[in-house]
Amino acid sequence: MRDVVVIGAGMTKFGELWGQSIKDIFVEAALKAIEDAGVDHIDSMYVGAMSSGLFVGQEHLGAVMADYLGVNPIPATHVESACASGGAAFRQAFFEVASGASEIVLASGVEKMTDGADVTEVLATAADQEYEVYHGITFPGLYALIARAHMEQFGTTREQLAAVAVKNHRNGSKNPNAQFRNEVTVEQVMKSTMVADPLRLLDCSPVSDGAAAVIVASMDVAKKLKRNPIRVIASAQASDTIALHGRKTLTTLNSVVKAAEKAYKMADKKPKDMNLVEVHDCFTIAEIVATEDLGLFEKGKGGEAAANGWTSIECKMIPVNTSGGLKSKGHPVGATGIAQIIELYEQLNGTAGARQVPNAHVAMAQNMGGSGASCVIHILEVK
Amino acid sequence: MITARYHREIPQRYRLEASKCSKCGHTAFPPRLVCPECKGKTFETVKLNDEGKLITFTVVRVSSDKFSKQTPFAVGIVELNGGVKITTQITDADVDELKTGQSVKLVFRKIQDDGKAGIHCYGYKAITT
Amino acid sequence: MIGIVGYGAYLPRYRIKSEVIAHQWGADPEAIQRGLMLSEKTVPGQDEDTITISVAAAKNALSRAQINPKEIGAVYIGSESHPYAVKPSGTILIDALGIGPHVHVASYEFACKAGTEAMYVAYSHVKAGEMKYAMGIGADTSQGAPGDALEYSASAGGAAFIMGNQRVAAEILYTHSYTSDTPDFWRREGEMYPRHAGRFTGDPAYFKHVMGAGKALLEKSKLSPKDFAYAVFHMPNGKFPQEAGKRLGFTKQQLEVGWIVPWMGNTYSGSSPTGLTAILDVAKPGDLIFMVSFGSGAGSDGFIFRVTDEITKVQDRAPKTRDYLDRSKIYLNYGEYAKFRNKIKLND
Repeated sequence: MRDVVVIGAGMTKFGELWGQSIKDIFVEAALKAIEDAGVDHIDSMYVGAMSSGLFVGQEHLGAVMADYLGVNPIPATHVESACASGGAAFRQAFFEVASGASEIVLASGVEKMTDGADVTEVLATAADQEYEVYHGITFPGLYALIARAHMEQFGTTREQLAAVAVKNHRNGSKNPNAQFRNEVTVEQVMKSTMVADPLRLLDCSPVSDGAAAVIVASMDVAKKLKRNPIRVIASAQASDTIALHGRKTLTTLNSVVKAAEKAYKMADKKPKDMNLVEVHDCFTIAEIVATEDLGLFEKGKGGEAAANGWTSIECKMIPVNTSGGLKSKGHPVGATGIAQIIELYEQLNGTAGARQVPNAHVAMAQNMGGSGASCVIHILEVK
Repeated sequence: MITARYHREIPQRYRLEASKCSKCGHTAFPPRLVCPECKGKTFETVKLNDEGKLITFTVVRVSSDKFSKQTPFAVGIVELNGGVKITTQITDADVDELKTGQSVKLVFRKIQDDGKAGIHCYGYKAITT
Repeated sequence: MIGIVGYGAYLPRYRIKSEVIAHQWGADPEAIQRGLMLSEKTVPGQDEDTITISVAAAKNALSRAQINPKEIGAVYIGSESHPYAVKPSGTILIDALGIGPHVHVASYEFACKAGTEAMYVAYSHVKAGEMKYAMGIGADTSQGAPGDALEYSASAGGAAFIMGNQRVAAEILYTHSYTSDTPDFWRREGEMYPRHAGRFTGDPAYFKHVMGAGKALLEKSKLSPKDFAYAVFHMPNGKFPQEAGKRLGFTKQQLEVGWIVPWMGNTYSGSSPTGLTAILDVAKPGDLIFMVSFGSGAGSDGFIFRVTDEITKVQDRAPKTRDYLDRSKIYLNYGEYAKFRNKIKLND
């Protein structure tokens, strides 16, 4: 497979975008990405979205968005893998360029969650409909089961979970596109409304509208346009049982472990080689478990690491979620995976402003679907 | 309307019928066509044991609209005697007194309604013993 | 010998005290307790209904009977709170318990008498030689109108009886039914709460039919009240069954074990049937049991049982009625009770 480069990126603000439809936000992000890349055409596009059908009654998003972007008749495909839809869309774009089938591909993600659907019910379609959701469990509920198990097995504390939210809000306060730019304290997290014991409101990523897009291209195109050669050096994906009760253990996300193994191997890198990592913090516990399963910290030590500040930008050990993560940046489901890639792109380009990790050369993004039934990981590098 | 799908699921929801792999003996609930352990494709029908232990649980305080009248309610993963794990509500309990490791038993209860005029949907829930 | 081969009761864990209801409506709690002899009643959980209660009671009956469910030839559930207006409760029950599909199922309705009706028909089928076993169940989660006298008593619970001709634990010696058109208590289609005719529900309704069936039973059997170890009557409140017993010549002691209404409330179709299970839980071989139900509209079904040696084998095979009555109870305040009983108008 030949080299694949990310040459442009664009996203909307994430938040409650009452005045914009799903098409409006998609087009805004896509046009920004195309302009940033400096390309005059795209060969194909992928649109990641979890549930446009249930949120806004619209499926067939590939066709809809190609139409509204004004790029008919190029091929356009809707990609879905629950909360990993964005990462999965990026992966398809990567393969299409890597294989030589296309030169320039738009990889995008979008979700419009505030148009009136019962969000809890829609999000639950990422879990086992018949044997989890039928019984009334919600997504916060599923991650709460993981949290309790992790706390009981490893002694992870409520304060450690809160530390993740505090750090991510601090990073998000420096991100002009973040939904929440306020900082929070551990005390505020611990006092926020209980959603599903032990997870509270401030442990949970919010409901958001948003779109994000990147342009993925061949090295030839990147050179012609004189773009910084930010190469995709690994793309990996793995799956696990759909139901949490089908897992061998509740405290390890095997899809993350397996995807990470493949990603490190493909990139010929080790965890300590990462200069920064964007992880899927749909809930604070998810960040803690992901940092362990990505090999950044020993199993069971993810909470301690967060509380000690080892994942902060300032500490310079292994900054996690410099963008603010899903918690502070927002989580328009399908857009998240692409927004993670955008953070890597900006960091590796040196344009991350107040969030910049000095000398960032290698960065990883971990995007996950449901309670860990799917995981997509990418590693980007600039020399 | 979930009538046809609900009807298909009655053997599982009402009677805990599972499939036991003829090759390796792994029990899958609900029944499957491919054994997740050995990829075998022949099974026999077995009934799960209705007693077990609470492996982990949470108390859902913010639910979907359908379950909003029942909050706060406890949901957890129960490991039944025999090894199969299921997700189920823990009912008739003081949600603040639950502890992992507690012994539970499955009982027949109404799980949800298909709206105001749709069918009643029944199934299993756990009670502490 | 035809009679009860297995029996079982089920009561929910939730309770509400009469005094809580009284305070809600500005009534005098002591006057209520004196007048109705009711202290507290059972409340069904939000996930319970007549069907789930019937399944629990029937499971206990099957545990006691120790028979193959597929040998049951008929299942009848009597209730005035069947979860569907049109769709039988019994079909859900048989699929839950592995009974059938070669089985006859029907739902019975006759106010509080629907349970004993189901028992009578089940018994009759076995007696007629139609089938080896038949099950009759009485269960209810009846509604009492807010602020009405019946709100203090309308409760939830049920009992199931498997009738058969082998290993009979309580033989049915005599039955008698007494019925006439009496407008004492009714519910029109579409109405949420039943209505009743106040004091008219006493002598012209309850007592006329209970005495009618009761006297006929005594005449038929040529037995007198003192021959019986136990007597149980339909229990709409604490007072009526005691008065009925007195008028027929029974003593308070004979009524005591079955008289569980002050702590259970009126489980309607489950009322005298659960009184019966409480008696069977402690009865001894040779004991005679006198039972007369009552259903508004109106009618009474009477039974005379003779307990056999088999009873000592079956009693301990499942939870006893008193276990359900006395086990860790969860008390509700009026708001929780109203929410559980769907008395609050929600935004559908």
